[in-house]
Amino acid sequence: MAKIKLSEDKINKIKEICSAFGNKPSEVINVLHKVQGEFGYLPAELQDLIAQEMKVSAAHVYGIVTFYSFFTMTPKGEHPISVCMGTACYVRGAEKVLDEFKRELKIGVGETTPDGKFSLNCLRCVGACGLAPVVLIGEKVYGRLTPDGVKDIINEYR
Amino acid sequence: MHLLVCGGTGCNASKSQEIAETLKSNLKDKGLENEVQVILTGCFGFCEKGPIVKIMPDNTFYTEVKPEDAADIVEEHVIKGRKVTRLLYTDPENKQHVADSKHMGFYKKQLRIALRNCGFIDPQNIEEYVGADGYTALAKCLGEMTPEQVINEIKLSGLRGRGGGGFPTGLKWEIAAKHEADQKYVVCNADEGDPGAFMDRSILEGDPHSVLEAMTINGYAIKATKGLIYIRAEYPLAINRLLTAIGQAREYGLLGKDILGSGFDFDIELRYGAGAFVCGEETALIHSMEGNRGEPTFKPPFPAESGYNNKPTNVNNVETYANIPIIINKGAEWFSKIGTEKSKGTKVFALAGQINNVGLIEVPMGITLREIIYEIGGGIKGGRDFKAAQTGGPSGGCLTTKHLDTPIDYDNLVAAGSMMGSGGMVVMDDTSCMVAIAKFYLEFTVEESCGKCTPCRVGNKRLYEILEKITKGNGTMEDLDTLRNLGRVIKDTALCGLGQTSPNPVISTIENFYDEYVEHIKDKKCRAGVCKSLMQYIIDPVQCVGCTACARNCPVNAIQGEKKMPHFIDKELCIKCGACIEKCKFNAISIQ
Repeated sequence: MAKIKLSEDKINKIKEICSAFGNKPSEVINVLHKVQGEFGYLPAELQDLIAQEMKVSAAHVYGIVTFYSFFTMTPKGEHPISVCMGTACYVRGAEKVLDEFKRELKIGVGETTPDGKFSLNCLRCVGACGLAPVVLIGEKVYGRLTPDGVKDIINEYR
Repeated sequence: MHLLVCGGTGCNASKSQEIAETLKSNLKDKGLENEVQVILTGCFGFCEKGPIVKIMPDNTFYTEVKPEDAADIVEEHVIKGRKVTRLLYTDPENKQHVADSKHMGFYKKQLRIALRNCGFIDPQNIEEYVGADGYTALAKCLGEMTPEQVINEIKLSGLRGRGGGGFPTGLKWEIAAKHEADQKYVVCNADEGDPGAFMDRSILEGDPHSVLEAMTINGYAIKATKGLIYIRAEYPLAINRLLTAIGQAREYGLLGKDILGSGFDFDIELRYGAGAFVCGEETALIHSMEGNRGEPTFKPPFPAESGYNNKPTNVNNVETYANIPIIINKGAEWFSKIGTEKSKGTKVFALAGQINNVGLIEVPMGITLREIIYEIGGGIKGGRDFKAAQTGGPSGGCLTTKHLDTPIDYDNLVAAGSMMGSGGMVVMDDTSCMVAIAKFYLEFTVEESCGKCTPCRVGNKRLYEILEKITKGNGTMEDLDTLRNLGRVIKDTALCGLGQTSPNPVISTIENFYDEYVEHIKDKKCRAGVCKSLMQYIIDPVQCVGCTACARNCPVNAIQGEKKMPHFIDKELCIKCGACIEKCKFNAISIQ
């Protein structure tokens, strides 16, 4: 098993979360939600520690992290951009908007800009189909976007 | 007087929270904060014209309200009693202002049963729910009915599962009730994963108590004492409202020990999903709740026999539950009069796509597609022609012009090669390419396939690759046979409902839009202009005046030409982004 190189307070925080859920194997998903909420992502070292604490194999934890799209092993940017690719947004041109973000930020889906400012992701339906196509930056929703508007929005955060 | 402000996701994104705050502060300035209440409600449904503010009791329906309009609403409407005409809905036909939602085309044909309280009550206040006959159904069940009578009532109502498959709800309860165990569970499936559907979320956000009440009734009927709601972690607002509602219900003795003095114990907890479409399948959902990968398992045993923690478990979806209290209150006979012979009641659809009135609608079963699209939906955007309506999401298929007058119910949709699904209805016009749509759904399925069974894991990937080949202009006619054969094999052999229905978008589009597939293959043409590889941008030398606007805006310098001379596009360099067309003022550039 890889050597854990985490700071003392990180280790304590994770142990605390695990014991709050009674270190029960059935609570792994809830623990992962909490830990990702705390640290932003779930790198291998964190998963190892969680596996030890929850008394399951590291493979079991890794299997769960990679199964669910909500969990991520790479850090997100300071301003995570999520382009809705639900069907309603898709038929109203979400793909073109996504292409424009890719071109403007020079990154692909699932990547983060080298300065750590932006990351780009797709998600499925935020439930604001009336505003399609929709893009989320952090918690803020931008609706009825056209490729032309992409640059201005990015500039708000640059 | 009440000012109801829509707090649904769409309106929320358009600042409805700020509107509510501004209304409140304006009322306070006028010293009216005690007489007039501002309430943030659940979704009104008419998302296209959001944010929406409704004034009660006179039923005035304001659309596209901005925070700046709050002052006028207070000054004019609340104080002087005059409607703010500029915020009223304008009928697109006769250009008249319509003040009352009852007279709007969007609402006329709707019948709100599951959504009965959404937009009418404050979802965060249990007393408003009680005021709307809330928890009376639970009291009736616990006080006057035996569990068998409850199950019988639901059976007689003809209610079928609203999550997609349409299994009779009463029968499901009866099977779960028959299995004896020391512990049984009631599970609400709120893992809405269908891209383009948001009805469950709207119910949870707008009327959470109706789901809690129904789950408690379900618990009483099958003798379960524990309820679990499996909800997507991506729905923070719904989670918050549920947690508030559960807290209030416990406080009022409507959850917990000895509910309403009946001796019946029942409590509800939340379990969070983490974004996996397959977890909508009940066995996968149960495994996910147990803390594992959400992979489905073979049925039987059905969850009713061995589900969560290997105990008998009844799983129903949010919309199904929302129907329960009103069925108990008004009776099975009332409910079974609505709808068609085999599909009773109503269905909520998330109407979206290229349609004028995007929103959440609830219609009686048996309504036609024509009524939904042209009366409720207000027709196709920009007056274009209707091409197809996709229902059932990645498990469904397309309805076309020939299905416009088919009454919509479970069985007719299946006969048309689609399915009810959870209720996404995406309307498409001639700007949508049906091959690309099939590819879009397959891409989704490939991404979401859990990988457990080979037909789904490998088969769908192959289907996707063939579609990719066709949209790139490299398809052959044999590919069409392969798509159909492989699709049939996947349907027959996949383990769970996701795999068994995943080829539907392909099979249904081949069935209904065969010509379009053939065009892609033989003529290398995409008539909708969606498949980039099949398009060519061409400058008409007669129309082009040589203004250089296109050349200056081309991101890859693919356009060349002298000033005031016709320009031309280098096909090798062109990335088909469409920037030139947008900049050309002389309509000289076309796609072929």
